[in-house]
Amino acid sequence: MEAWVISNIVTSLLLVSSVLVVLAVRRSRMWSEAMGSLWKRRPIAIGVVAFYLAIGILDSIYWVGGINAGEDVVSAHEAKSVIDRLFADSRERSYSAPLADVEFYGSAPLENPGWHLMGTDLIGRDVVYLAMKGVRVALLIGGLTSLIAIPLSLLFGISAGYFGGRVDDVVFFVMSTLASMPTLLLLIALIMAMGRSTVSICIALAVTSWVGFCRLVRGETLKLREQDYVQAARALGVSELQIILRHILPNLAHLVIITFVLTFSGLVLSEAVLAWLGVGVDGSWGQMIDQARSELSRDPVVWWNIAAAGLSLFGLLLAVNMVGDAIRDILDPRTLRESP
Amino acid sequence: MTDALEPRGEPLLRVRGLRTWFPIKHGLLRRTVGHVKAVDDVSLDIRAGETLALVGESGCGKTTAGRSILRLESAQEGEVWFDGVDLLSLSNAELHPYRRKLQLVFQDPMASLDPRMRVREIVAEGLRSFGIGKTQREHTDRVAHLLERVQLNPDHMWRYPHEFSGGQRQRIGIARALAPEPQLLICDEAVSALDVSIQAQILNLLRDLQGELGLAYLFITHDLGVVKYLAHEVAVMYLGQVVETGRTDALFEAPRHPYTQALLAAIPSIDPARRSGAPPVLGDVPSPANPPSGCRFHTRCPAVFDRCSKEVPELVPCGGGEGQGSASRCFLAESSPG
Repeated sequence: MEAWVISNIVTSLLLVSSVLVVLAVRRSRMWSEAMGSLWKRRPIAIGVVAFYLAIGILDSIYWVGGINAGEDVVSAHEAKSVIDRLFADSRERSYSAPLADVEFYGSAPLENPGWHLMGTDLIGRDVVYLAMKGVRVALLIGGLTSLIAIPLSLLFGISAGYFGGRVDDVVFFVMSTLASMPTLLLLIALIMAMGRSTVSICIALAVTSWVGFCRLVRGETLKLREQDYVQAARALGVSELQIILRHILPNLAHLVIITFVLTFSGLVLSEAVLAWLGVGVDGSWGQMIDQARSELSRDPVVWWNIAAAGLSLFGLLLAVNMVGDAIRDILDPRTLRESP
Repeated sequence: MTDALEPRGEPLLRVRGLRTWFPIKHGLLRRTVGHVKAVDDVSLDIRAGETLALVGESGCGKTTAGRSILRLESAQEGEVWFDGVDLLSLSNAELHPYRRKLQLVFQDPMASLDPRMRVREIVAEGLRSFGIGKTQREHTDRVAHLLERVQLNPDHMWRYPHEFSGGQRQRIGIARALAPEPQLLICDEAVSALDVSIQAQILNLLRDLQGELGLAYLFITHDLGVVKYLAHEVAVMYLGQVVETGRTDALFEAPRHPYTQALLAAIPSIDPARRSGAPPVLGDVPSPANPPSGCRFHTRCPAVFDRCSKEVPELVPCGGGEGQGSASRCFLAESSPG
């Protein structure tokens, strides 16, 4: 199957599951109240995150044809996303400044004068378009990595905390071993070993980032295991698996959400660092920043590439962090559990 | 010594020589360097439909004893006979049907209900576990019935625990324990976290339930007022051991063990004439990891003499005469004529 078909399937699955999550949240009074107060606290940040998500989704829906590609046969048979289609005719020959009418070097007129909000890059691509393409990459890295790392930490953290003994010893040994290696070196080594695809970079980031959360889950499980309601379930003869599924996991849910949101931004940032070191994902903001390095030493300076990538990164991380902080405040068990 | 506890008929639950020791581990290799002897040779009898109060100060091992009977803590030694079966000798799978008969009510109504579950799910957990009632509807009906039984509004089963007051939560905890239709409830300080007025309501509820359902209670408490109100029999614990047992009236009337005497003397009374002149017990409870030699109470006993620190007194029958099952772990009670 072609990559764009998979992208469509995954996107539709994500949309369906998010609708299901929204329905589930609305059914539970506790969660819908939490989401309501989140919206009240951080409307702008949520709006910004939603904007990024919308761009990411629009950039993940592909289909073939429908573009007037002229004699370009290859382009006519390529799958294009909604974002690709918006910027289909935006190609220039080389650099142009933001909102300029003529090329940056020389004074040849542009194909689309005054249309390029953030100018164009060395080979004439619209910079706003490139920045928008970076959204999907960033969301993919944050999302896919969390999708690998969080179940992993839950599995190991809960079994270590709940069963203790030998299991705990083994998990703790693995965690300490991973934690004792320099993260960046381990990351680069893993990426080099697995190849430089998006998936392998996500796996490498997951391997280096699950330890912290696992430790948190283990500690919380140790605490929950001794709670009276777990003891009561045991006295009622509920099986260990049922206790974990019905009592331990739901009481870890707030922790999972908080950690997901807060590590998300860290992961996107790590990718930028990796890109700067030359092992990043193609099309990411990190790569844009890396490529724009030499442009800063030109005279007159070509600043819009790095500015667009930097601002996009900054905007997403700021919004996600603000939402994450608000979620942490709202879901903190101390404020949640004993509200009279 | 065990004979002292077996006068009248077959008890519902018979505990013999229960020992729960927690290892103290030290150093890199986690060698066991000693044990906290939380429960050290406890024997109890609980008759069907009656209440046995297990009293003692905090840290004396009464909670651990209760949990060991339910196998929530694993006891090192001893026997827990219920229905002709020693529960401690069963595998987990074999134990499952017996769990139905023995249930637990907790001290802290805030911590004993899962904050993420609705009341219906909490109460129905026992129904699911023991396969009582097949359909969801049947579960809902049963939960409604149980909530009525503990005097809660059945419509509240769709709420979450934090929407209830402490007394209401304790009722939910009782409903959960009643769901599998147990014969014995172990109430671990079930009212001590509540306001006095709420305490009375819960105690009345427990008493009514005993009358209606013929429940037996093992009532773990440090509140002697509660004991007098609810218990048919009392067992006094000190530092992991039962030091005195007896019918409630007899024990309150004529305590044999100096520790019991001191406990009873410590009950506050508004009537000056009833204030007893018994000497107070001084000092702290010794560490259960390293209990005193001889009689465990000798370090704090007002009536201590030479023999106390050298020999270990046994729980021997005394007083009461007509099969009251009184027994005391004291040389003084042993020597004095019944």
